[in-house]
Amino acid sequence: MNDVCAEDAAAEAPLLTIAGLTVSLPIYGDRPEALSDIELAIHPGETLCLVGESGSGKSVIGQAILGMLPYALRVKSGLLKFDGLVMPPQRDLAFGAIRSAQISMIFQDAAACLNPVRTIGSQLSEILAVHDVIRRDRMARVLEVLQDVALPEPERMARSYPHELSGGQAQRAVIAAALLLKPKLLIADEPTTALDVTTQSEILSLLDHLKKIRGLSMLFITHDFGVVAEIADRVAVMRDGHLVETGNTRDVLSQPQHPYTQKLIAATRPKPQQHNSGGDIPILEAHGINLIYRSSFLSKRKVLRAVKNVSLRVDRGKTVAVVGESGSGKSSLAKALLRLEDIESGSITFKGTEISDLKGASLREMRRSFQVVLQDPFSALNPRQTILSAVSEGPIMHGVSVKDAQKKATDMIKLVGLSDQAGERYPQEFSGGQRQRICIARALVLTPDLLIADEAVSALDVSIQAQILDLFADMQKRFGFAMLFITHDLVVARAIADEILVMKSGEIVEKGPSGQILEAPKHPYTAKLLAAAPGSDLFAQGISP
Amino acid sequence: MTGYIISRLFRAVVTMLLTVSMVFLFIRFSGDPAAALVPPDAPQEVIDQYAEAMGLDKPLWQQYSGYVGGLLQGNFGFSIHTGIAVEEVFLDRLPHTLQLGITALFLAIAIGIPIGAFAAVQRGSVLDRFLMGVSVLAFAMPNFLFGLILILVAALSFKTFLGGENAHVIWPALTLGLASMGSFARFTRSSVLETINAPYVRAAEARGIPFHIRLSHHVVPNAAIPMVTLIGLSLGSLVAGSVVTEQVFAWPGVGQLLVRSVATRDLAQVQFIVLVVAFTMVMANLVVDMLYLVIDPRIRVK
Repeated sequence: MNDVCAEDAAAEAPLLTIAGLTVSLPIYGDRPEALSDIELAIHPGETLCLVGESGSGKSVIGQAILGMLPYALRVKSGLLKFDGLVMPPQRDLAFGAIRSAQISMIFQDAAACLNPVRTIGSQLSEILAVHDVIRRDRMARVLEVLQDVALPEPERMARSYPHELSGGQAQRAVIAAALLLKPKLLIADEPTTALDVTTQSEILSLLDHLKKIRGLSMLFITHDFGVVAEIADRVAVMRDGHLVETGNTRDVLSQPQHPYTQKLIAATRPKPQQHNSGGDIPILEAHGINLIYRSSFLSKRKVLRAVKNVSLRVDRGKTVAVVGESGSGKSSLAKALLRLEDIESGSITFKGTEISDLKGASLREMRRSFQVVLQDPFSALNPRQTILSAVSEGPIMHGVSVKDAQKKATDMIKLVGLSDQAGERYPQEFSGGQRQRICIARALVLTPDLLIADEAVSALDVSIQAQILDLFADMQKRFGFAMLFITHDLVVARAIADEILVMKSGEIVEKGPSGQILEAPKHPYTAKLLAAAPGSDLFAQGISP
Repeated sequence: MTGYIISRLFRAVVTMLLTVSMVFLFIRFSGDPAAALVPPDAPQEVIDQYAEAMGLDKPLWQQYSGYVGGLLQGNFGFSIHTGIAVEEVFLDRLPHTLQLGITALFLAIAIGIPIGAFAAVQRGSVLDRFLMGVSVLAFAMPNFLFGLILILVAALSFKTFLGGENAHVIWPALTLGLASMGSFARFTRSSVLETINAPYVRAAEARGIPFHIRLSHHVVPNAAIPMVTLIGLSLGSLVAGSVVTEQVFAWPGVGQLLVRSVATRDLAQVQFIVLVVAFTMVMANLVVDMLYLVIDPRIRVK
């Protein structure tokens, strides 16, 4: 986090050294080696950030340190030296106990890393049990570590099941599990990628705090240079299994040497798109809409006001972004506008027609004119359907002949930047970014008047995000659809939107042109969201490109 | 949680009521029961007499309310041929069927689940493929075929007859259990595979939890959830599942009684067996739903 600490650390012998580590991929892999001749050192008390896109091999390094490489990967050469001990990067029984006690790991999807049918307390005390802590002491240590990660009411947390915790609380519980045995090295593999910005910023400062008070070393794996700016002492940049650049955080951020590093840093701050001018033709208008969820009649009556008195307008060729954290009601708003949920009161007009009470066939006909792109491009495509069939399905359903539909689909697949042969292939042959292109092609082939993108770039690496945002903007220029872009990320919102609406607890707390919202936020909540965005301090000082 | 219990009880009662009504309607619409009783050339007056004696001349809703009222008082009717109360005939047969069904289910669980778990842990090995091949064969084969082969081999080679009242229960039980053994094995395998690769199991490995504890504390409790459903369904078909096997082995159980009653058009008897089968199915599902409360904490909060 600060330079003094990093320089002190460099003077001491490293806690962990990785020497000449080469790991080969199975023959069907997309390259021969997962890791090629990696040389890396982590000093006591230091946070080293390993940065790279998905598939760059950064997680494989973490797995090798833990001795948990997948069986399909083979170590060709290389050694690890941890705390004076030389150990192999392979799975190894002799060092298993040392590794699990002194090196801990936390993962991206915290909730999935907790056994759903057992309480947090029992899962934590199990770790103590297998590492020979006597029964009497276990509960006290569990409560102590839950306190350390700042979970409220540790006793109650220990009795809770994973599904009773929020995303941020689950990540804290997983951090608690990792710290329980007082390890010397903590490996954090994308621990905040799945979280909201404000929760992300809380977890980052928690990790930084714990690192300092416990004198931990940390290997922090991420794809986001914003996170690097927040937490790293040193940075190592990876690409296709090679280390391309290593250095102090400040140096790398201010003077990146390798073009790849420059590209990754630039992607953290996507340039605002050239916004389309003219054409104040409203496509979608909503006035004072309210959406209320009621629970079923047998259980206790609960009423949740998910959307409160929201009005908005999206014009042809324009993009409106709705920004808010999870639970703010932004997805409920989208469902209400798409008529997937019935609104309590208010009006929704689409191209001048009231649609809040449409039913049956006229509703179905209307739906063709608004299309959706969702967050997870992996589950949004049927794995047994070719790309061409997925993209042409929509027009065929709406009465276009198979031949014409396939021609339209082929053109659209090319237009979103995929190769000529892509149509014959299956979704699993494509990367996350390419799959999102397919989803966009599938939505646009129906020539919609309105496109709703629900967190459409949130599951992607920062560098891929920028490309997909460009694609959205290009397509909008070409086809002139109106777009409602739902996101938790203000940086993304600024890059794509003409106007931003900030949502909190179902209400719109601030709305305005995107430049104005980001430069001069009026509502304290907007200001808080802006401050929480990773890297905001450092980039604000003008160190960024 | 109370809401969950109430809704499941409510659902069980509604299912039972629907079954009772459907059985009533099907039997009324499958032909005139009075005409079925008398010889084909009997004059119309005789048929009418029978109908009057059985209350079939009353309007349908009166027949229905009388029928449901009778059921609630434990009045299930009498066998047309012997005049014995249908439940007595049934209860006479039930122990045989339960003996057969429970032995078969025990064999299926005791052999099928370990085979499936073993195949999952050894995934991709020759042994895994062999065990899964055998499992597919076991449940793809009509289960009477295995029974017939058993009887044939025993009779020709060992000069013994494996059927009849005095034969050992293990032979029909093996026959009946083989099919469910196959599906238990395959189901266990996929259920274990799904959990063994779950992130929380990998996380437990990273925390130094040894393999056998990962298996017993993390994989089994999660893999057990879908297995409980499957075992519950098998429990529900204990009474009805053995019709063919009982017939092949001349086993004096409920299945054989059902076949015989259908053949002799003993409507009251058929009706009672169908109701009991539906009732055990509904009860088994209710038990499974309640078991979920115990094994899956995610349901408790709803």
